[in-house]
Amino acid sequence: MDIPYTVQIRPDTGLYNAKVGIWLFLASEVMLFGALFSSYILLRVGAPESEWPHGWLNVPIGTVNTLVLITSSITTVMAWAACKMNQFGRFKFFHACTLLLAITFVCIKSYEYHDKFTHYEITLNDGTIADGHFLENSLRLSNNAYTGSALIQGRIVKDRTELFDLKTHKPPPHQEIRIEGAQIKKMQNYGPFHHTYLAIYFTLTGLHALHVIGGAIVIGFLWGPGSRMWKTQPERFTNRIEISGLFWHFVDLVWIFLFPVLYLL
Amino acid sequence: MEATTQPFNVTHHAQAAHHEEAGFWSKYVFSTDHKVIGIQYAFTALCFLLFGFCLMLLMRWQIAHPGQPVPVIGGLLSSVLSDATKGIISPDLYNSFGAMHGTIMVFLAIVPLAFAGFGNYLVPLQIGAPDMAFPRINMASYQAYVLGGIIMFTSFFIPGGAAQAGWTSYPPLSEAIATDGQTFWLIGMIFLITSSLLGSINFIATVIQLRAPGMTWMRLPFFVWAQFVTAFLLLLAFPPLEAAGVMQLMDKVAHTSFFLPTGLAVGGVLANASGGGSPLLWQHLFWFLAHPEVYVLILPAMGIVSEIIANNTRKPLWGYKSLVYAALSIGFLSFIVWAHHMYLTGMGTRIATFFQTTTMIISIPSVIILTCLLISLWGGSIRFNTPMLFAMAFLPMFGIGGLTGLPLGLSYSDIHLHDTYYVIAHFHYIVAPGTIFALFAGIYFWYPKITGRMMNEFWGKVHFWGSFIFMNLIFQPMFAQGMAGMLRRMPDGGANYSQAKVPGAIGGLSDLIMSLHTYILYAAVLLGIVQIPFIINLFWSITRGEPAGSNNPWEATTLEWQTPTPPPHGNFLTPPEVHRGPYEYSVPGHIEDFTPQNEPERRKPEIT
Repeated sequence: MDIPYTVQIRPDTGLYNAKVGIWLFLASEVMLFGALFSSYILLRVGAPESEWPHGWLNVPIGTVNTLVLITSSITTVMAWAACKMNQFGRFKFFHACTLLLAITFVCIKSYEYHDKFTHYEITLNDGTIADGHFLENSLRLSNNAYTGSALIQGRIVKDRTELFDLKTHKPPPHQEIRIEGAQIKKMQNYGPFHHTYLAIYFTLTGLHALHVIGGAIVIGFLWGPGSRMWKTQPERFTNRIEISGLFWHFVDLVWIFLFPVLYLL
Repeated sequence: MEATTQPFNVTHHAQAAHHEEAGFWSKYVFSTDHKVIGIQYAFTALCFLLFGFCLMLLMRWQIAHPGQPVPVIGGLLSSVLSDATKGIISPDLYNSFGAMHGTIMVFLAIVPLAFAGFGNYLVPLQIGAPDMAFPRINMASYQAYVLGGIIMFTSFFIPGGAAQAGWTSYPPLSEAIATDGQTFWLIGMIFLITSSLLGSINFIATVIQLRAPGMTWMRLPFFVWAQFVTAFLLLLAFPPLEAAGVMQLMDKVAHTSFFLPTGLAVGGVLANASGGGSPLLWQHLFWFLAHPEVYVLILPAMGIVSEIIANNTRKPLWGYKSLVYAALSIGFLSFIVWAHHMYLTGMGTRIATFFQTTTMIISIPSVIILTCLLISLWGGSIRFNTPMLFAMAFLPMFGIGGLTGLPLGLSYSDIHLHDTYYVIAHFHYIVAPGTIFALFAGIYFWYPKITGRMMNEFWGKVHFWGSFIFMNLIFQPMFAQGMAGMLRRMPDGGANYSQAKVPGAIGGLSDLIMSLHTYILYAAVLLGIVQIPFIINLFWSITRGEPAGSNNPWEATTLEWQTPTPPPHGNFLTPPEVHRGPYEYSVPGHIEDFTPQNEPERRKPEIT
């Protein structure tokens, strides 16, 4: 039994089956990310203006990552075009580029995540707040009290709202501050639990990163073991490159929306 | 007839020659054949339907006799569930039964049975396709569904028990309950959503791409249209719930505050959360799925009923095109009515007016469908067999369910009725005597195609009349209870608000209203008892039922009846070609009273 139109296009729809499938899948993805973007809007509109963070993310790094993804979209198209032109070697080269760019993106993103998880906001007993990254840390938590001491690179602010808008109020140059465990009232890093902005940031970019990783696995398979199909069914293989490429463009497109929303606005 | 249908049971001779027998595992468990997957879905869903029903019986006992040990199986309950000491259902356990009854019935029973079960078996057959467009994705969809089901089922036995915050899982309550039941619920839901995503993509691609030559859009049986619209609803409405589920999972696991507002206190203690979240956000995202979900529950049922009515009245469906356009309008409109579930959130009268208006508008296509089906009965020589009885009972039952929804769609009357037993009665009338009756009708109707044997008519009629009477005895009194002000989700059935508890209190529930609980319990038990003949009939008839005698025992026109019985892998012996619309019954000047869709020319009576 053969299912019709797996490779050939159906004349009245002008599509092969998998192309219908991937567009439907992308439609549902639009609804998935659409719901999350809507949630972002609702959370932001609901927050007092002075308590919504600005400038918490590193714009140059984000820009580089945007360029990385856009370039990878171009190489994906080039890889597909190479298949269409029957140039398998060119395909191998361009899809290797796509794969490397995808890995680069994930590495840069992990660096950004790491920076957030090592960034601490420490409320001190005198009401001031120390904010920065640890240089040394021997703090231990026992019975709800900290012992030991730590050296952070950062700054001390009087009011928590000073930490929110880093775009209009550029933070002063960081200095090294020593903090004793006994001074600490509460300590929390910039994880998703720290603020609703970080919650939606980690959820949106985390879900997007999962899409990048998933796409990279598929592209890696089609570049490596999956490319054996080129010898037996070149047309079907080219279709597979097109389908995975459509998904990859979508992942790219989501980032094109994510970047301004989370980094710039 | 000989020209169009193959001799009975030619499957083995035709197929065995070039088809080696697959092993048990690849044939029945890891099968990519749409028919096997359809049966897998249907069987699993029927098991969950029974399980959800048993949860309901336990809850009805608790409501009628609060604080008393459950008879017969009380000992078993207390030995497997931590919250049921001495066989008494604790309020916590009642809450999780309520939450899981809803979840299981909607996501694990009705939708998988109506959409995935019937749809998988019938849609490729009815459009003349050899299989679904993506058979392996189809298998993955079933596997994700089973995994989700296992996770949901397992959550009963973890410490603290299953989710307790209702099938709607409103935060902050769902997040404030410290047990892991809600986390299991969320993970289970993510699997179920994945399953429905894979399934709906497959259905739409199949209908668009694999229609047989000549099967134009307006020649599709209405069942296929109903499934097609349903698939779009699942495709586009479920992802927002998945997003919401991911966010609630983040709240539970990573301690974010998507749905936890600033200053939230639980048990008098300030919650350890960053705050700034919005509980209303969950309600919007949830109902953005859950209102289209209502039409996911009803549209396949309408499709099944249409097929059976056309076949048993022996005349074309009245207003086929109206039915199609009505189904499409329902699909579109169902995306813009969701906030009528939220009138009590203080959304403001302007927004409420918008959603009232769209809600009233969506009742128009529903009424069109019901009217078309009613008029289809007019002047037909109706065959009153079991499937037809169930299909005809669907019409008034859906009518009652639909019309009682109007006061809930208007914000003014909804303020009184919101969250009362009136709501319970309303949506159960649509889903239980509505959709489930249509599903029973479908099982009795397509059984001979799947097994080659008929189900027993006598016991089928016993099943029908019993179910019909007791369903109504269960749900009719709830309208009265709801209008008297009895709230849903109370483990004591409102005993704390009764006049017996506080004599003379204004608005207290009267003895009459409270006593209805006992009668509902009797009716529920009897409803359970009349399902026994059905279950026995279902299995007995596989080997002992009366042979169907032909591939087309109901003398139907659609393509699934023009195949061998059961259809072989690949469905059709020769690729079918479609020449006419789906319901050509009793066409004047034709020798038989039905003309199959793939019959090239009408055979005229011979002139002598």
